[in-house]
Amino acid sequence: MKLEELRFGTELIKRGFASMQKGGVIMDVVNAEQAQLAEEAGAVAVMALERVPADIRAAGGVARMADPQKIVEIIDAVSIPVMGKARIGHFVEAQILEALGVDMVDESEVLTPADEQFHIDKAGFSVPFVCGARNLGEALRRVNEGAAMIRTKGEAGTGNVVEAVRHMRAIMGGIRALKGMDSQELVDRAREIEASTELVIECANLGRLPVVNFSAGGIATPADAALMMQLGADGVFVGSGIFKSADPETTARAIVEAVNHYDDAKVIAEVSKGLGEAMKGLDVHLLREEEVLQTRGR
Amino acid sequence: MGVKVGVLALQGDVAEHIAAFREALADRPGSLVAPVRKAAGLADLDALAIPGGESTTISRLIGKNGMYEPLAGFGGGVFATCAGMVLAADRVDDPRVRTLNLIPMHVARNAFGRQVDSREVYLDVAGLVDPFRAVFIRAPVATEVGPGTEVLARIPEGVVAVRSARHMAFAFHPELGGDLRLHRMFLEGLGV
Repeated sequence: MKLEELRFGTELIKRGFASMQKGGVIMDVVNAEQAQLAEEAGAVAVMALERVPADIRAAGGVARMADPQKIVEIIDAVSIPVMGKARIGHFVEAQILEALGVDMVDESEVLTPADEQFHIDKAGFSVPFVCGARNLGEALRRVNEGAAMIRTKGEAGTGNVVEAVRHMRAIMGGIRALKGMDSQELVDRAREIEASTELVIECANLGRLPVVNFSAGGIATPADAALMMQLGADGVFVGSGIFKSADPETTARAIVEAVNHYDDAKVIAEVSKGLGEAMKGLDVHLLREEEVLQTRGR
Repeated sequence: MGVKVGVLALQGDVAEHIAAFREALADRPGSLVAPVRKAAGLADLDALAIPGGESTTISRLIGKNGMYEPLAGFGGGVFATCAGMVLAADRVDDPRVRTLNLIPMHVARNAFGRQVDSREVYLDVAGLVDPFRAVFIRAPVATEVGPGTEVLARIPEGVVAVRSARHMAFAFHPELGGDLRLHRMFLEGLGV
């Protein structure tokens, strides 16, 4: 081994970390006990939070990065990766999360944005980032800034999958539409969706995003999770859906199995039995404009 | 003659393993590389790749899907990376992972620390002329190897590449990065 050739935080390491999460469920947790329950249930990672999105909605006010002490408590409780959320554009919150030893930073619209013009320059960090997106242009702008993973934004804290579906269809459809385009048309499309031409061409060649793409924002049941997988997600984030359900432990296990067997309706039917009340959802059409999270960052 | 390779497809970087083996077998007509999600898919395989991912999650799904016995008794060669290396071992430092006992070695999970400690190194591997660009991602190491387990590469933290009979295990990810020399070494060792 040549020590002078030791390298950290390369694109391959950051995107590779995201690849290891594929086919998995990442669960929002607010304390060590919930983190252990998630790990036991088969989560591939946990998202360490002060409050789940449904409670962030209810609390109102400015939502910020969680208390570092809480994050450390969760890091110490589990062996699976721990992720943390920083506000959009708040690169110091991201620096703090990196210093705490968080395995991935979510630059998240669920928190109140700190910068309405710029996202964090993610390429400069050793820790990998995941970012939300509603369509192909937004996803590729985030990749261009250095995101190693994308997740559809959906509408967090609603327990309503409709926006997650809309965003996954927009991204997958946006990529399918590139197929058959010649190079001039690809350049034109890149301009139209405000994305880098290089990345648009890469998507056209790969037939998918160049990074892992999870689904998030409104997944509340095993069926919701399997729906997102069948629509093309590489895995799912479940936020309020687990710890706002009647039986978090059984719901967590059921969602892990539904993702594993996303194309086997018999298994999904079996694990969906007797889960009790799912989280009470919100009709996204009844949200006031300032309550909509997905329009934060573009 | 073609080679039949399955990739355990419960969780992790399955697609990357499939792509790497397909490329490594491009010059072997009649070869087949396919994901394996059920015990029935293990029949007739010459080799099985156990991918990187979360070893606790994969171990749980192996149990849930009734695949523990079929995997532990798999008759072909196993190509295991990262979480796969943890599963292929016969001893691990974490009771939540039920190892498949395919390779005599003791493995420690997450031997490098957090994700920011994940690294790329140019590694000397026994049997390769030039160093291999090895990507370690929250990687394990073997802290001790049993009789019959050949050490192919080692770093200060521990053993990171081994061979035992027709099995090979790596703490890093030969399926990422496009260098297929270790895949070819494994395929030659199968004797198919």
